[in-house]
Amino acid sequence: MNILTLHVVIPILTIIAILFTKDLKGARVVSAVGMGVQLIATAVLLFMYLGARKTGNMHEMLFTADYTWFKSLNIHYFIGVDGIAVAMLCLTSIVVFAGIFASWEMEYLSREFFISLILLATGVYGFFISLDLFTMFLFYELAVIPMYLLIGIWGTGPKESSAMKLTLMLMGGSALLMVGIFGIYFNSAPDGGQLTFNIIEISKIKIPVEAQRFFFPFTFIGFGILGALFPFHTWSPDGHASAPTAVSMLHAGVLMKLGGYGCFRVAMFLMPEAANEMAWFFIILTTISVVYGALGAIWQTDLKFINAYSSVSHVGLVLVALLMLNQTAIDGAIIQMISHGLMTALFFALIGMIYGRTHTRNINEMGGLMKVMPFLAVVYMIAGLASLGLPGLSGFVAEMTIFVGAFEHHDMFHRVVTVIIASSIVITAVYILRVVGKILLGPIIDKHHEHLPDAKWFEKLSTVTLVLAIAAIGIAPLWLSDTIIASLKPVMAKLAMVIPF
Amino acid sequence: MDLGQFLLMRHELLLTLAAVVVLIAEVSTSDKNKARLIPFTIGLFALITIIGFIPGETGNLFGGSYQSSQLTVFMKNILNIAVLIVFLQAEGWLKKEENLNKISEYFILTISTLIGMNFMISAGDFLIFYIGLETATIPIAGLAAFDKYKSQSAEAGIKLILSSALSSGILLFGLSMIYGATGSIYFADVAANVKPDALIALGFIFFVSGMGFKISLVPFHFWTADVYEGAPINVTSYLSVVSKGAAAFIFTIILFTVFKNIVDLWKPLIYTLAVFTMTLANLFALRQDNIKRFLAFSSIAQAGFILLGVIGAGELGMTSVVYFVLVYVFTNLGAFGVVAAIHNASGVETISGYNGLYKTNPKLSLLMTLSLFSLAGIPPVAGFFGKFFLFTAAAGSGYFILVLIAVLNATISLYYYLKVVRAMFIEKNDGPIPAFRSTNAMRIALIMCVAGIFIIGFASDIFEYIRNISILFLN
Repeated sequence: MNILTLHVVIPILTIIAILFTKDLKGARVVSAVGMGVQLIATAVLLFMYLGARKTGNMHEMLFTADYTWFKSLNIHYFIGVDGIAVAMLCLTSIVVFAGIFASWEMEYLSREFFISLILLATGVYGFFISLDLFTMFLFYELAVIPMYLLIGIWGTGPKESSAMKLTLMLMGGSALLMVGIFGIYFNSAPDGGQLTFNIIEISKIKIPVEAQRFFFPFTFIGFGILGALFPFHTWSPDGHASAPTAVSMLHAGVLMKLGGYGCFRVAMFLMPEAANEMAWFFIILTTISVVYGALGAIWQTDLKFINAYSSVSHVGLVLVALLMLNQTAIDGAIIQMISHGLMTALFFALIGMIYGRTHTRNINEMGGLMKVMPFLAVVYMIAGLASLGLPGLSGFVAEMTIFVGAFEHHDMFHRVVTVIIASSIVITAVYILRVVGKILLGPIIDKHHEHLPDAKWFEKLSTVTLVLAIAAIGIAPLWLSDTIIASLKPVMAKLAMVIPF
Repeated sequence: MDLGQFLLMRHELLLTLAAVVVLIAEVSTSDKNKARLIPFTIGLFALITIIGFIPGETGNLFGGSYQSSQLTVFMKNILNIAVLIVFLQAEGWLKKEENLNKISEYFILTISTLIGMNFMISAGDFLIFYIGLETATIPIAGLAAFDKYKSQSAEAGIKLILSSALSSGILLFGLSMIYGATGSIYFADVAANVKPDALIALGFIFFVSGMGFKISLVPFHFWTADVYEGAPINVTSYLSVVSKGAAAFIFTIILFTVFKNIVDLWKPLIYTLAVFTMTLANLFALRQDNIKRFLAFSSIAQAGFILLGVIGAGELGMTSVVYFVLVYVFTNLGAFGVVAAIHNASGVETISGYNGLYKTNPKLSLLMTLSLFSLAGIPPVAGFFGKFFLFTAAAGSGYFILVLIAVLNATISLYYYLKVVRAMFIEKNDGPIPAFRSTNAMRIALIMCVAGIFIIGFASDIFEYIRNISILFLN
């Protein structure tokens, strides 16, 4: 079987296996084994991919497979990956694996929880391997809908309204997206001939510019809502704050990246003329996301809200970098997706673990945790430093590349934007250091916190996996960056025809 | 005339035969054994459904008054399957004490309406069409008033018969104008002679209004919610699935064949109806607590989605409508099946009564969730494919804004579908509906629905088959 199809089949088999388990112990072991196998499969894929590229296989997409599905509408199950998709798959596997261990003690309806969680992951895997707009859209919606149950049943706080808000806003996004996909489909053969959903084939033709102008906003905003594009970001803080730990991890870590990836792979790749024309407008919106998200994080006192707003800011940075439409910035955007995915997953995992001990997420009610749970505290600090872009960790690589790329534009508008988004680093430092100072350092505020236990083995496994990945990117960024840049060639070739550099 | 030609009408003949056999069986069973009529009739009907799938001749009868093609045969088979599921779901309800002496009435009335619908689908002129329509409508009023000791049910019957009579009158009025303008009642002649002039336009508007009552399009939908609520659940599911599905088939057939030359005249009309139907039905569905009223408004909204396939005239439009109705049969009957099972076991009919259902009846809750997701068009279940192709048809004709309105409406509809999911999975309840075991017939029916919901979407061959027979039919 094709190694990519395996990425969808393994989660489905895991779900079926969970159905046969009786309780939490069975369910979590099966999930861990299943997602462990999945992690190995992704690692194998990574090495196969790098090996194939090394031997000079320069096809745009590797490991492709193509099955006709609905013949008359030319719908295919068409899959394949380039370096970017492989990187996203690695991110997904790591976060899902860590997420399973972060929810090791999910007592309430545990089987259902793991099934929903892995169903969500199935959608994400399917999305990243799809090269056919129909299957891509199918997997996209599949990834969104389990969120409702995951937040609604296992969440905290105003979980029902948060879940509903999140689901409806994301489905509203997919409504826009659907119109965009139809627009692309019905313009995929401007000279007559067979219409197609195949992304690679569509990228070889030029969609009429009037059609692009009409459908680009639909597609971009449709995906952008999932990437917390201002002013459609409001689902994100509420949703993340109410979601259970593993869901926050997966959602902020991976699901929001679907938005950025989709903007890049569908909206910009297939409609470069419109992307170039309208970039300024969306750059303004995303710049607002970046700064607004960062400023929002300063004002929050709930750890999850802080991190949720910080996600809005960081994912906004992804979108703004993509819209810079040059190789360096887009490269940075993709590294940022990976880096933020790992980082924020780590944050949410830690917040879940801390909350599980202190039963509060309010930073004013905690202090001196370094003394009682040194392991978790140190890891939290590493995550924080990565988030504010300390060299040696992944955040620095990503943000540096983005700012360099953005500054390659010589005009006033882009320069000003670059300065504004760069200022978000400072704001990030403010809220990260404030939290670290408040909850980790200083005296212990609450007496009940004095005898809290440190991380257990599964928590260590979960966090260490993520920390290692973050450090790996930070220390040796070039192999990731090179892979991405090699895969950016078709996109850049397409953009080069449009943009007068 | 070769008597073998009558085999073209095999679906109608078989159903008539079935109705007669049930009548004879009723007369020849003693009062004690009445309950045995139920498995007998269901078995008989299952046999008819299977026979219906045997491929046979197609062609015209009575000088073109009766037309049969592979597409019409397929439509009739869909309706047969739907009725079979409805019968299976009705088994537990019919076995109740108060219904024991009315078992054969239920079956005969239902089969009669089905015969009428089959004739409508195969009609080749407006006379057969109208006779079929009346045959299909009048017995339904009897069915709606089946719980005659309940005033609500009697009221539903009266409401249905009055609004049907009115709509039939309007429809006939329109048809008479079309006859006056074209000089014929034969579909082929009318199709050749229709022109976009004032008289035809007026006649056409009356025709659409009349049909609008049957499919319950906004603003002709006012009877729907009350009748759905008042009628027994197994009649409501019949009304909502079979009756509506058949009406959608016929509406599509007539628009695509008889009125194909005045497409420019009817497209704006359908456009407006679609927008109003989807939006208003969705807004009304938001505030329902009675599950039957809720499903009534949801099914009105679904009818609005069907219009998107209609407006995408041509073979893709036809294919997507037939395919969607096929999906809709399994999906909606899945939802109604759960409602009926719960009603039979506990009498609960409100959404808030479903609170905490997952704790006590996990399988039914999952099935309901699956059906609702399919209604909302969530992948990977069949409803997603059904909606996607309807929207493809509309987008293919360039109606992107309409598609946008439709998908936004689908998002709104997700809100109220999720409300039911929330009641079952999330809301806490001290006294949830106790665990119960549904009857075997109900289980078979529900398994059929689940299989349909899962298989139809992935089995692209079904879609391709419908497309091929639609192309044959339209040319």
